[in-house]
Amino acid sequence: MNEAVKLTLKDFTSDQEVRWCPGCGDYAILKCMQRTLPSLTSEKEKTVFVSGIGCSSRFPYYMNTYGFHTIHGRAPSVATGLKLSNPDLDVWVITGDGDGLSIGGNHMMHVLRRNVDLNILLFNNEIYGLTKGQYSPTSNVGTRSPSTPQGSLDASLNPCAFALGAGARFIARTVDTDQKHMPTVFTRAKEHVGASFVEIFQNCIVYNDGVFEDFTNKKEAADRQLHAIHGEPLIFGKERNKGLVLNTKTLTLDLVTIGENGITEGDILVHDETNPTLAQMLIKLSGEGMPMVLGVIYCDPAESYEKIVHQQQENVTAQKGKGDLNALMRAGRTWEVA
Amino acid sequence: MDFENLESVVIRFAGDSGDGMQLTGSQFTISTALAGHELATFPDFPAEIRAPQGTTFGVSAFQINFGSSHVSTPGDEPDVLVCMNPAALKTNLKLLRPGGMVVVDTGAFNKRNIQKAGYDSNPLETDLLAEYQTLELDITALTMESVKEFGLGNKEAVRSKNMWTLGLMLWMFGRDRGPITTWLEKKFANKPEIAEANIAALNAGHIYGETAELSSDLKKYHIQPAKQEKGTYRTVTGSEAMAWGLAAAGQLSGLDVMLGSYPITPASPVLHQLSNMKEYGVTTFQAEDEIAAICAAIGASFGGALAVTSSSGPGIALKGEAIGLAISAELPLVVVNSQRGGPSTGLPTKTEQSDLYQAVYGRNGDAPMPVIASSTPGDCFYVAIEAARLSLKYMTPVMLLTDGFIANAAEPWKLPDINQLAPIEVNFAGSNDLDEDGNFNPFKRDMETLARVWAKPGTPGLEHRIGGLEKGFDNGHISYDGDNHQKMTNIRRDKVNNIANDIPEQDLLAGSEDDDVLVIGWGSTRGAIEQAVSRARQQGLKVAHAHLRYINPLPRNLANMVAKFKRVLVPEMNDGQLMTLLRDKLLLDATSLSKVEGQPFKIREILEAIERECAAAGDSQ
Repeated sequence: MNEAVKLTLKDFTSDQEVRWCPGCGDYAILKCMQRTLPSLTSEKEKTVFVSGIGCSSRFPYYMNTYGFHTIHGRAPSVATGLKLSNPDLDVWVITGDGDGLSIGGNHMMHVLRRNVDLNILLFNNEIYGLTKGQYSPTSNVGTRSPSTPQGSLDASLNPCAFALGAGARFIARTVDTDQKHMPTVFTRAKEHVGASFVEIFQNCIVYNDGVFEDFTNKKEAADRQLHAIHGEPLIFGKERNKGLVLNTKTLTLDLVTIGENGITEGDILVHDETNPTLAQMLIKLSGEGMPMVLGVIYCDPAESYEKIVHQQQENVTAQKGKGDLNALMRAGRTWEVA
Repeated sequence: MDFENLESVVIRFAGDSGDGMQLTGSQFTISTALAGHELATFPDFPAEIRAPQGTTFGVSAFQINFGSSHVSTPGDEPDVLVCMNPAALKTNLKLLRPGGMVVVDTGAFNKRNIQKAGYDSNPLETDLLAEYQTLELDITALTMESVKEFGLGNKEAVRSKNMWTLGLMLWMFGRDRGPITTWLEKKFANKPEIAEANIAALNAGHIYGETAELSSDLKKYHIQPAKQEKGTYRTVTGSEAMAWGLAAAGQLSGLDVMLGSYPITPASPVLHQLSNMKEYGVTTFQAEDEIAAICAAIGASFGGALAVTSSSGPGIALKGEAIGLAISAELPLVVVNSQRGGPSTGLPTKTEQSDLYQAVYGRNGDAPMPVIASSTPGDCFYVAIEAARLSLKYMTPVMLLTDGFIANAAEPWKLPDINQLAPIEVNFAGSNDLDEDGNFNPFKRDMETLARVWAKPGTPGLEHRIGGLEKGFDNGHISYDGDNHQKMTNIRRDKVNNIANDIPEQDLLAGSEDDDVLVIGWGSTRGAIEQAVSRARQQGLKVAHAHLRYINPLPRNLANMVAKFKRVLVPEMNDGQLMTLLRDKLLLDATSLSKVEGQPFKIREILEAIERECAAAGDSQ
């Protein structure tokens, strides 16, 4: 076997002209992926990007790997079939809030509960970009759009809460512009065996510009984001003095300041990414001064679907022997006509 | 009644859904096949899983036609009708041929059941059955008596009455009880007392037939075994043959089979069969819905598997967009449609051929795909292999039309030898498919078949992207160019049309081009048309029969063939869809014989239409 040649960003860049709007958050995600993959694999022929329909779903065309731009909402299903047919492939699903949670919400639920070994990146920009700006299932109530000129009325969906509810075993969040944080999340997602669900806050510069500004703007990010790391206290803030503690009376998380009211670092809740109850609280954290929790919020691996499917197939074959169709067809009651 | 002058006999078992009529019928079928008869069956059951007991909509029936001469339909009219309750009599009596025999369980004709069936008074006490030969037996009581020693509860004991009835019918037609006894012992291996009770009931029914008191009513009937082609036979249902054919196609092509499916009547048996064939390299995926089912199959096809999705009309409608994706991405895929009555939910358990338009025309854009149809249960095996062959050779989805009747019906089938079947050639793309600059065009074509190359993910150097957007002819990249779209549309059309050169010419099953009238059929109407044409020819009528396996494209000689006839008759179980298609493709002025009553054609119905056409052809001379 040849020495594995170290791949570079260039190896993962296709010859297609990238056609997103100038300033779109998708560029940053694409670059990050092209930059990160060389450290994750030496076999780009085993990497496949599968997408649905929407701005984000153009992604596969720009990756110099195998790729399949399918139909609206159905990427998880196509990817499931692909992974079943060839479990050796490293399959990434690229989807958005409309593609993955509206028209494809059913498939997203089932791909997560089945725990197919896929890396699912959901670019959440809280708007329909490709169809020119209608509100999406993750849009805030009151979003004014061409289809909701007086403001949207229906409650919005929290993608990570949806994933947790569907039985996902890996849930993470990151931000398109954070080129330091995003690679760590991609790496963990790829390493995780089973369905990895990653929500990427992605800015749509044309139809929903600045919707995540309150926690992504560089000046305030440190005070507004909490990067959860397994085994470390849930601390954030420019001065690393804010943290979360469990209020045992209300079963909620309270925001505290280290050094105030006798709080020390030792009082801060330590992140346990295998704890679904904690994950639920971190995902739905809200209220005055509460940060947006990013990073790997939940990770509790279980056997992946395609693996157990093939195991069952092997067990049956071992038990019954390799199938002989002639024998099968003659196994019932037969008779001879002379 | 004198059965002995008949070449074949039609028996219809009818009772409440809970009476076990399908089991009774299928066991009678096996016994009949083992006796060496030709046979055809028609399970006719309600859509409700457990309809309220005793109601007319809860009636389940099983019809079998068997005999020594050519049997290819379940029979027009039963000669013997077995009715396990008043509702069964109410719904089935009209089917019985005049002078036929009715066997009724008088034990089930209580006031409550009679009312539920919608009779004002006990029909057995009226002259309703005057024109028939009746055999009124208190089967319920006789069964209870026969299983008394096993100490079963009343409910359990009465459940054996189907076996009692089966025992009687086995006696009547000289059938062997052995296979059924063996089957009962196996089925109730964990409940030996139930097995014994059922066997006792079976024997009691048989013995009842042997007793002298009945001899004046019942004449034990013996028919000669049919003359069949030499070989090994078994009975097979369309679903079994379909599953085996798909698995065979996998072995013939050297590919793993991947079925993506979602449960739907009457297509689910294919999913069940294939799910139990893991050791044959078959993977089945029960998806969350019809769309996911086909999309998973498409994903597997992209990955290099022999991909299949199976459904019925409503499910195929949901799959429409994804079929378009497979057409656009030019990926092989077999789409099996077990048709049922429509539109919408329609008549889920009743048979129909009304998805022909959907198969040929039912997608957005110019989206042609090959459509082929199976015509008998055993034919499903070969049609499945043919669908896979065309799909893999031409890199296209193929629609395989079958229907609920074929799926559930059984026929004796001469077993094929898998080793004698032609292999299906599959060549995955490799480094020799790169152009001189080392680039790979996933839409590089074989200019003879117009099929594109198939590159499996995992192959170094062939990394490529495909999708539903229009592709550039020269490089496979996204293209919005109008001239290119015209070119690609033409190619997709020509690719499918060219298949006409790769399929057999249409032949005539009966008659010749010198005849006046041509009957063109497709799918499960084959048996009824064959019989009707045969009878018409015996009457001296100049009629021929062509039965289409290939719907799109049509056989290349069909246009010339139809031009030789004065009149063309198209019987089909829809509102004239093939007739319209033939008009579209061949500018043919054909007569439609349409039937959508949820029941297969009767031979007589087609025969009468042939007589009308022949008369019209005579007038036009």
